[in-house]
Amino acid sequence: MLARRLLIAAAAAMLSFPALAQDKSIVVASTTSTQDSGLFGYILPLFKNATGISVRVVAQGTGQALDTGRRGDADVVFVHAKSAEEKFLSEGFGVKRFPVMYNDFILIGPKSDPAGVKGTKDIVKALTAIKDKGASFISRGDRSGTNIAEIKLWTIAGIDIGKDRGPWYKEVGQGMGAALNIASASNSYVLSDRGTWLSFKNRGDLEIVVEGDKRLFNQYGVMLVNPAKHPTVKAKLGQQFIDWLISPEGQAAIADYKVNGEQLFYPNAHDRGA
Amino acid sequence: MRAPGTELPICLSDVTVETHGVTILDRITLALGSGPPTVLIGPNGSGKTTLLRIAMGLILPSAGTVTWGGRESVAPVRRAIVFQHPVMLRRTAAENLRYALKVSGRLPRKMYDSRIAELLSLVGLSEFGDRPARTMSGGEKRRLALARALAGDPAVLFLDEPSASLDPAAAKVVEDVIRTVAARNIKVVMSTHDLGSARRLAGDIIFMHRGRVVETGAASTFFNEPHSDEAKIFIRGDLLV
Amino acid sequence: MEPTVSAFQLLLAGDPALLAVVRLSLIVSMSAVGVATLIGVPVGASLALTHFPGRTVVVVVFNALMGLPPVVAGLAVFLLLSRSGPLGSLGLLFTPPAMVCAQVVLVTPIIAALTRQTIEDLWEEYCDELTAMNVGMVRRVGTLIWDGRFSLITIVLAGFGRAAAEVGAIIIVGGNIEGFTRTMTTAIALETSKGDLPLAIGLGVILIAIVVLVNALAWTVGRAAQRYAG
Ligand SMILES: Nc1ncnc2c1ncn2[C@@H]1O[C@H](COP(=O)(O)OP(=O)(O)O)[C@@H](O)[C@H]1O
Ligand SMILES: [Mg+2]
Repeated sequence: MLARRLLIAAAAAMLSFPALAQDKSIVVASTTSTQDSGLFGYILPLFKNATGISVRVVAQGTGQALDTGRRGDADVVFVHAKSAEEKFLSEGFGVKRFPVMYNDFILIGPKSDPAGVKGTKDIVKALTAIKDKGASFISRGDRSGTNIAEIKLWTIAGIDIGKDRGPWYKEVGQGMGAALNIASASNSYVLSDRGTWLSFKNRGDLEIVVEGDKRLFNQYGVMLVNPAKHPTVKAKLGQQFIDWLISPEGQAAIADYKVNGEQLFYPNAHDRGA
Repeated sequence: MRAPGTELPICLSDVTVETHGVTILDRITLALGSGPPTVLIGPNGSGKTTLLRIAMGLILPSAGTVTWGGRESVAPVRRAIVFQHPVMLRRTAAENLRYALKVSGRLPRKMYDSRIAELLSLVGLSEFGDRPARTMSGGEKRRLALARALAGDPAVLFLDEPSASLDPAAAKVVEDVIRTVAARNIKVVMSTHDLGSARRLAGDIIFMHRGRVVETGAASTFFNEPHSDEAKIFIRGDLLV
Repeated sequence: MEPTVSAFQLLLAGDPALLAVVRLSLIVSMSAVGVATLIGVPVGASLALTHFPGRTVVVVVFNALMGLPPVVAGLAVFLLLSRSGPLGSLGLLFTPPAMVCAQVVLVTPIIAALTRQTIEDLWEEYCDELTAMNVGMVRRVGTLIWDGRFSLITIVLAGFGRAAAEVGAIIIVGGNIEGFTRTMTTAIALETSKGDLPLAIGLGVILIAIVVLVNALAWTVGRAAQRYAG
C-alpha cells in the first residue's frame, strides 16, 4: 500500500521533469570561461529566439570538454586551445573547426606585487620574474584551455614548468573561478581569462598586473562532433548552432555582450587562419 | 461445540531438547488427548515453556519425535499459543484481532467486525478496541493475546503461565475465559507454577522437574495421592530444589 | 563583495530561474528517494528475514556502501550512461533522469542497510508470534514493513537528506546545465567558483532550511509513532 503510493509519487515526479520530451535541443561541451563570464547567458536566448533550439551547455575545462565530445556525450564542442582542437579533428572526432572569437588572458596578482611585474606589458618577463622571486602562483592544472595557454607561456619564457617548479607553484586542478578564489585567499598570481575576472566578485586584494600582450590572445573555435563516429549526434541542429555563431547575427551578438561596459569577446569568424 | 478434530492426540516420544550442551528436556514421552485442560506444573526452569513450544511446533527436538494426530507435520494443525509475555502488533487492539482473523482466513471478511466485538467482550476488553495495543497493561495484553489466539479458531490452545503476575481480579477474568474455552471443546494445554491455578483448572496434570516428566495423571489423583517425592514436596509448598 | 541581490530576495520575488533550481532539486531528490525506497525497503527487509551463504558479506557491503562517496557513484553512473558506455543508447547523460540514477545509487544502500537493521530488530520481537500464527513469508515482510513504518519513514527522510545535500554525483552526470540540470547544490558550487559568495551562501541557507524542515518532519513522525505504537 505504502509502496504503491510511493510508486505513484515517483512516477508523477518523473513525468513532471521539465522539457524531457523530444524538444529541439543540443548539448554543447564548452569551457568554464564562456559560461562563467555570462556570454552564454546572453547569446543563447537570442539563438533560441531565432531557431527554437535550446542549447544545453556543459561547462568543463577544454580537455574535458573535448573528451566529452570524444565519448559522443555532446553534439558540439566550443573550446579554446587550437592545438588540442586540431588533435581532436585529426583523430576524426570533429567534422570541421570554425574560429568564432577571441578574448584575452590577463595576469592577476596581489596589489602588493611581490614579484614587481606591474606596469610591464611583457608576459614572458613577468613570468620569469615570478619564478625568480619565487612568488606564489596558482595554476589551474586541469588541462583547460587557460591551463594549456599558461604552460605554453612558461615554455616561451624558457622555463620547463614541469621541472623548474618550486613550492611557489601550486596546481589546484579546478576551474577558473575556483583558482581565482584560491589566489584571492592566498595573495597569489594567477593567469585568468578577462571574462571570468570581470564577472568575478570575490577579488579581495587582487588586481590586473599584466595585460595587452599579443601572446595573451585566446582564440575560441567550435566543432560539430563527427556523426560518423557517434550516430546519435544531432548533426543538423548542431550545425545550425555553429552556422549561427559565425553568421553576422551571431557575431554581432558576441560583440554586444558587455560586463561593466567592457566588451569581453571579439568576434573573428572571418579570420580563417585564427 | 466443535467436532473432535484430527489434531489430537499430540504425542511426544523420547523428546530431548539441548542447547549449548545443556539438556532442557530429557527424554520426554507423553500424549495430549482431548478432554479437560492439561496443566504443566513444576518449579521455574523445569522446562514447561520449552515443552509447550515443542508441542506447538515452534522448535524441533534435538532427539525424539513429535506427532500431531498421527502426522509428523504440524502445519495443518489449528493451534494457537499465548506466550507469557505476548507481543502485540503496532496497531489498535481491534486491528490486532483483525490481523489474526485475516491470517487464519477462516471467516468471511464481512464478519470480521462482529467477531472482533465478540472476542473483545469475551476477554472483557470491549472498551479497548481503539486503544493502541502496545500501550495496554501487562494483564490487558495477556487477555488481548488470548482473544487473538482464539481468533484463528484453534483446536488446541497453549497457554504459558496465563495468570502469572496478574492481580486476583485479572487472573479471574483469564481463568474464566480458559473455562469457557475448555467448555467449547478446545483442548487447553497450559503451564503454571501456581498450584492454586492448577487445582482450579486442571483435568490432567503433568508434573515436571529439571527437564523431566516426574508424574502424570488426573488432577484429583495427583493432588490427593502424589507418588513421587518431588511432587509431595511441591504440593506441600516446600522448596523443591 | 556586496551582494547585488540575495538568494532570498530572488526567492521572495518568485524569481523563475531560482524557483526552477529549487524545484528541480526537490524533484530529483524525491524521485531518487522514491525509487531507492521501492528497491531498498524490500531488499533490506528480505535480507533481514533470510539466511543464505554469504549473507554476512552482503550485509557488510550494504553497510559499507552507505558511505559511498558521491563522486564515485557519479563517476560509475557517468561511465554507464555515457554514449560510449553500456547504457549510452538511452541518451540519459546530462539529463535529470541521469541525476536521479546517480542518487538512487547513493541512497539505495542507505535505505536497504537501515531497513535491514530495523526489520531485523522488529523480526526478533515478532518472530515467535508470527511463526505461531503461521504467517507466510510474503505477509511477514508486509507486516514488518507496515509495523516498522515510522522507523522506515525516518530512514527514507535520512535518505532524502543525503540526496538533497550531495553535489558530487549530480554535477558529474547532470553537467550543471543552466535551466535544465542545475540544482541548488550544483548552483552553490558554481556561484562559489564565480566568487559570488553571498548568492552561494543564500542558496546554502535555503538548502539547509529544507533539510531542517525535513528533519523536523522526521522528528514529529517519530514522536507520533511513539505515542501511537508505544
Ligand atoms: N534458548 C535457551 N538457551 C539456553 N537455555 C535455555 C533456553 N531456553 C530455556 N533454557 C533453559 O532451560 C530451562 C528450562 O526453561 P523453561 O522451559 O523456560 O522452564 P520453565 O518455563 O519451566 O520455567 C531453564 O534452565 C532455562 O534457563
Ligand atoms: Mg516458563
